[in-house]
Amino acid sequence: MSIATPAPLRHDCTDTAPTSSGQAPPLIEFRNITHSYGGEALLEDVSISLAPGSFHFLTGPSGAGKTTVLRLCYGELTPTRGTVSVFGQTLGSLSRDTISLMRRRIGVVHQDCRFLDHLSVTENIALPLTVAGRDPDAHADELNELLAWVGLGGQAGDRPPSLSGGERQRAALARAVIMSPEMLLADEPTGNVDWEMSLRLLALLVELNRLGKTILIATHDLALIRAAKPQVSARVLRIAGRKLTLAGADL
Amino acid sequence: MSAQTAAPRLLSRRAEIARADRVVPSSGHTATLTGFAAFAMAFLAVFALALALAAGRLADRWEATLAQTATIRVSAPPEQMDVQVAAVLAILSTTPGIAEARLLSLEEQRALLAPWLGPDLPLEALPLPRLIEIRETPEGFDAEGLRMRLRAEAPGAVLDDHTRWRRPLVVAAERLRLMGWAALGLIGAAMAAMITLAAQAALAANAGVIAVLRLVGARDAWIARAFVRRFTLRALWGAGLGTLAGVGAVAALPPVAEAGAFLTGLSFSGLHWLAPLGVPPLAALVAFLATRIAAFAVLRRVS
Repeated sequence: MSIATPAPLRHDCTDTAPTSSGQAPPLIEFRNITHSYGGEALLEDVSISLAPGSFHFLTGPSGAGKTTVLRLCYGELTPTRGTVSVFGQTLGSLSRDTISLMRRRIGVVHQDCRFLDHLSVTENIALPLTVAGRDPDAHADELNELLAWVGLGGQAGDRPPSLSGGERQRAALARAVIMSPEMLLADEPTGNVDWEMSLRLLALLVELNRLGKTILIATHDLALIRAAKPQVSARVLRIAGRKLTLAGADL
Repeated sequence: MSAQTAAPRLLSRRAEIARADRVVPSSGHTATLTGFAAFAMAFLAVFALALALAAGRLADRWEATLAQTATIRVSAPPEQMDVQVAAVLAILSTTPGIAEARLLSLEEQRALLAPWLGPDLPLEALPLPRLIEIRETPEGFDAEGLRMRLRAEAPGAVLDDHTRWRRPLVVAAERLRLMGWAALGLIGAAMAAMITLAAQAALAANAGVIAVLRLVGARDAWIARAFVRRFTLRALWGAGLGTLAGVGAVAALPPVAEAGAFLTGLSFSGLHWLAPLGVPPLAALVAFLATRIAAFAVLRRVS
């Protein structure tokens, strides 16, 4: 486990076409995705393709389907129509266990963090290691490094309910990167924190991208997107009216 | 694998199991229910086992004892009685398969009739038949052949080889034994049902935990294992205590000399005292299978 492993930094993403020959295959690819809730379409004929090492913001009004797009990415939802491919594999054809194994290569920061409240902050962060059958004690140094990186060294033994909103988001980020995933998905990671903490979280995500991680952040916070401009070359995908469009090649 | 490498591996495995156990929070009421169910079922299982084994012993004993004995009843006028008895004894002495033939004395006949007619019975004044007790060799004798010879040479003699009333007794004991095993099976099934319900309740109560575990990459087998291990251990403990209590209760049954008839045999005998040792592992196996099936069924449903 290492979060400091450098990886080639690539910024090659598109909102529609599959990658052409000679380019690295996309990490995530949506092909003509339609997704409905209760018979009503939330997404209609959406196609996206995220290249390795890219940085994307996914924005749109509340209820537009940002969280749905993320959940489709890590296989928590199955699209009504169309196919989602992750790491070159079509999710619809994979077993539950294969999807679970695939999730070890994807770090996810959920909007509600999804902690196990009976475990300490450290145990929650080490949870992906535990379910993978690894010994967190053998990774104690890296865990401490990670806690220091997200500024939670002093809260290691605390229970999640005692953390503030910002602390919870940072702990969720630490858990998302503990397996050194190739891709990180974050759902409104700054939704419950003040501006200063938002910038701090953004800096952590930018740092991960510089290490070669593919980043997709769902947010309705346009100020955050603007704040990212000087730090990273990011693309903005916008969901509105059931469609997903590329809002701009740059910020 | 050498002992030096096996020990650290075992310790590492134990640590991994302990971590997995911590991840799934304990749900108090299901733990209590599982332990109690295993305790009660093991207690009852010990009694069912005792019943089955005792009935088996009883059937074997009746079968063996009655099969080796027979009686000849000689009814004749008083002046012919001694002649006929002598003729019967002579026939028996030349009949293959008969180890011993003994004429019951009047005192012995009086003792047999005493429960019905009282101890001061004047047997000499009554026209009672004389009884000859036969003990067979293990090979046995030809009952039909003996009857034919008796008809020809001692017409007042009737052979009773106990077949008429031995068979229903043995059948009854056999059925009792079957009932004991059936009761054991039902107890196992009831325990499996209770543990399945408890496991399902525990899984439902931990649906949120399961969702999080899946999101961070846990496979179904890993999630199921945490529940299966917990329920198996609870069942093992509960059944262990229930077995101890059951064996204690069986041991406290009245001894043979103090009670009569069938109940005197309702206990373990000899090596049969070791049989209850199988109850806790069996209960753990039932819990293991029930929880595993329930866990995978629930995990499939909530996918």
